[in-house]
Amino acid sequence: MTRSTDETTKGIEHRGRPWLRLLPAVLPLAFLLLFYFYPLSSILSLSLAPEGELSLAPLAELIESPRYLRVAWFTTWQAAVSTLLTTALALPAAYVFARYQFPGKSIIQALTTVPFVLPTMVVSMAFTAFLGPRGAVNRVLMALLGLDRPPLDLQHTLAIILLAHVFYNYTLVVRIVGTYWSNINPHLEEAARVLGSGRWQAFRKITLPLLKPAIGAAALLIFIFCFTSFGVILVLGGPRFATLEVAIYRQTVHYLNQPLAAALSLIQIGFTFGLMVAYTRLQSHQRPVERQSRRATQRPPVHLGERAIVWGSLILILALLALPLAALVLRSLTSGAEGFPTLTFYRQLFENPRNSVFYVPPIAAVRNSISFALATTVLSVTLGLMAATVLDGHARRSAQPASPLRRLLDPIFMLPLGTSAVTLGLGYIVTLDEPPLNLRTSPLLIVLAHTLVALPFVVRSVLPALRSIDPRLREAARMLGASPWQIWREIDLPIVARAVLVGAVFAFTVSMGEFGATSLIARPERPTLPVAIYRLMSRPGATNYGQALAMSTLLMLVCAVSFIAIERFRVGEIGAF
Amino acid sequence: MSDSRPLLELRQVHKTYPDGWMLSPLDLTVARGEIVCLLGPSGCGKTTLLRLIAGLEHPDSGEIRVRGESIIGTPPHRRNFGLMFQEYALFPHKDVFDNVAFGLRMAGMGREAIDRRVGQVLDLVGLTGFERRDVNQLSGGERQRVALARSLAPEPKVLMLDEPLGALDRALRQRLMDELWTILRQAEATTITVTHDQEEAFALADRVVLMRAGEIVQTGTPEAVYARPTCAWAARFLGLTNLIQAHVDDATTVETPMGPLTMEESRLADWPPGDSPLLLIRPEAATLGQDGPNVIQATITERSFRGERYHLIVEHPSGLELAFNLSAHRDLPAIDEPITLSLDPSGLMILPPDPQAPVHSQRLS
Repeated sequence: MTRSTDETTKGIEHRGRPWLRLLPAVLPLAFLLLFYFYPLSSILSLSLAPEGELSLAPLAELIESPRYLRVAWFTTWQAAVSTLLTTALALPAAYVFARYQFPGKSIIQALTTVPFVLPTMVVSMAFTAFLGPRGAVNRVLMALLGLDRPPLDLQHTLAIILLAHVFYNYTLVVRIVGTYWSNINPHLEEAARVLGSGRWQAFRKITLPLLKPAIGAAALLIFIFCFTSFGVILVLGGPRFATLEVAIYRQTVHYLNQPLAAALSLIQIGFTFGLMVAYTRLQSHQRPVERQSRRATQRPPVHLGERAIVWGSLILILALLALPLAALVLRSLTSGAEGFPTLTFYRQLFENPRNSVFYVPPIAAVRNSISFALATTVLSVTLGLMAATVLDGHARRSAQPASPLRRLLDPIFMLPLGTSAVTLGLGYIVTLDEPPLNLRTSPLLIVLAHTLVALPFVVRSVLPALRSIDPRLREAARMLGASPWQIWREIDLPIVARAVLVGAVFAFTVSMGEFGATSLIARPERPTLPVAIYRLMSRPGATNYGQALAMSTLLMLVCAVSFIAIERFRVGEIGAF
Repeated sequence: MSDSRPLLELRQVHKTYPDGWMLSPLDLTVARGEIVCLLGPSGCGKTTLLRLIAGLEHPDSGEIRVRGESIIGTPPHRRNFGLMFQEYALFPHKDVFDNVAFGLRMAGMGREAIDRRVGQVLDLVGLTGFERRDVNQLSGGERQRVALARSLAPEPKVLMLDEPLGALDRALRQRLMDELWTILRQAEATTITVTHDQEEAFALADRVVLMRAGEIVQTGTPEAVYARPTCAWAARFLGLTNLIQAHVDDATTVETPMGPLTMEESRLADWPPGDSPLLLIRPEAATLGQDGPNVIQATITERSFRGERYHLIVEHPSGLELAFNLSAHRDLPAIDEPITLSLDPSGLMILPPDPQAPVHSQRLS
């Protein structure tokens, strides 16, 4: 609609420095090209042409092999079951948070999100500490029932995998569906009731159809996350279970079969890209609901039934989300079968028992992780801010529909979120180990991988805030004499500052906990926290296990503190996926 | 010498949108210190015209000049025009002072000068003491004044107000209308304001520009526009609904379904006998009783008391429905009762026949 305006403004204001206008688009794209598409395309060529000639042998090998068909099938159905289970268990909580007001609500709601930001290593450790053979539940049962053997053996079972997936993704349903639900005017359902439909019918005919897009978005996201699940399957599932992601890892690390790993990656990329496209489509179709004031939609539970559902949800949250973490902290602070309180495990983190030059004391991993995380934060915020500005570009020109290029850009910047981190790590190993980009031994490699994983979080945090800016504010500033650059500095930046901060903390947390890519590319002498935890827990002995518990607890605390910071700075629905 | 040229001049400004809506090539001049009001229903193009002048949109063709110099190539932020948006567009992250100071800071004004000027305009709009208030906590009327102060602060060459009172409730609107007029006069601001409310236009403007479907229909002082609408559409828009098909008999008489009516000779000067123009009977033309020249008998169908007057709808036996305002000093017959009225010739006017192909490409402005 304002095409000609654009042409003139471009012509007049950017005649001198057109590159300045392109920079925010070019830098993030160049980054993706170099550190995302290039490694992935190398995987493509490695899987399709391992010896330099086009050969479908690895792919054919895969498709014909019942073993990998089983892996693909398992990957799919465990993701589907996890999604169903999570949605079913979390929907009541979404309802409770959307419609009821009770003491401590905001804290409990915030706590449900903590699991989502926890590293897979922490979650895996927490679940072994909670449900493992010598976990808290078994100890309590043994003491209560006077048994001398643990009655529950959930280690390396499907059940513990599914529980961990529910633990992880519970908050997605509560957040996405709950927020959406709380903005649905309760009068709608009341109107249906007045018109003669029963409570259940009113829910099914009115509320459920309105919730559908939110439930769909949450479910799709959970499916994507579970489909690419790695750490949970590797640690909790043990050798019996393998998703595509785990299979890629094993082929790379244990069997050194890069072409086969690459072929597996290719299949996984195809799947996740399709899912990601579906997700962004679903999101762009999601109509904004009119905001309702809290007071209009929420009230304290009164009837017995209402109280029952509120209490039921809270108890489930406690049992499912809080107890595993409590078990982790508790076990890291106790030693021996009797459970004496001790700080031994924490003290050992600082020790180098063999005084060996090659041995890295575990605390060094903490230092490594923090340095990587800080660098990742700076890089991903810079690139994410640029990318979000470019993606928001079309909203600036009020009535103009998004150009096809921009519509394509949105899912492209989201791609890393759906790409398996292990695949990415494999791609880095394959491509970035030779000139001109010989980064194999550089610590930069980890920062680049983490930035790629963190970038979608930053973009998703900043973009809604940018989009929420009324275009008339920019026009008003313009009419008051502000140049485009001044408008960005005076209007856009201050308004999105908090969202940028949220994105930064997200990036920091993601980097602290990243395991999939790091497990492949981290140098042995420079491990990160999750890598160190995995190494420690893979070694035999109570000391190693205890140290892994202690480190997991530390990592959990870092992530929980970061998360509280996110919650404090978050305004509105920023960063909600 | 330069003062003889109009401050703002639009020549054949034209814009087409992809959906087919267009602003016809139009001319408009605004003199220094003048308050011009663009009046029309939504979709008539008044806001678009404002945005074209502001530079937020660009005309397909035509010239926009300030004191004779073209500003077509000048980006909005270098035009030194002020625009107050419909919902005010106050910066939510800045307080009252920083909102008002924004334009001054962009102009590179020194801190002390900014303090002084912000104090001045806040005083002008009656918001002294509100400097550090959060704009999100202000009432609708206060927000409107902050927006006005913000637009006035940099002393724009032309101040544009888009529905300045549109977001306010009726009672507040009445009060602020007079206040706005006083403020604009005191600031001696050359102003273009946009509204769909004729009362607001009449109260504020030196000159009203009546717009419809992307075209200027009529221009003139509020009094002139109201007294002499030039077409049936303008008359209807101004609330003058008694339009009937007439036939010119002789120099002072027109034939209507209600019989012959006597008119002032000057009104029929351009319409020789035999022509069939429209007759406009102004609502204030009727008086009760048969003392006047044009006596008609009708039945009252609606009657509402409006304080100093009655608003009356009567039905003539010919089937015509007419609306009148009658003084409330005399008692009126009840609904469904017959009534005798005489129509003062000064309240009878001739308009060109309604072109039966009204332009209906409407678009929300």
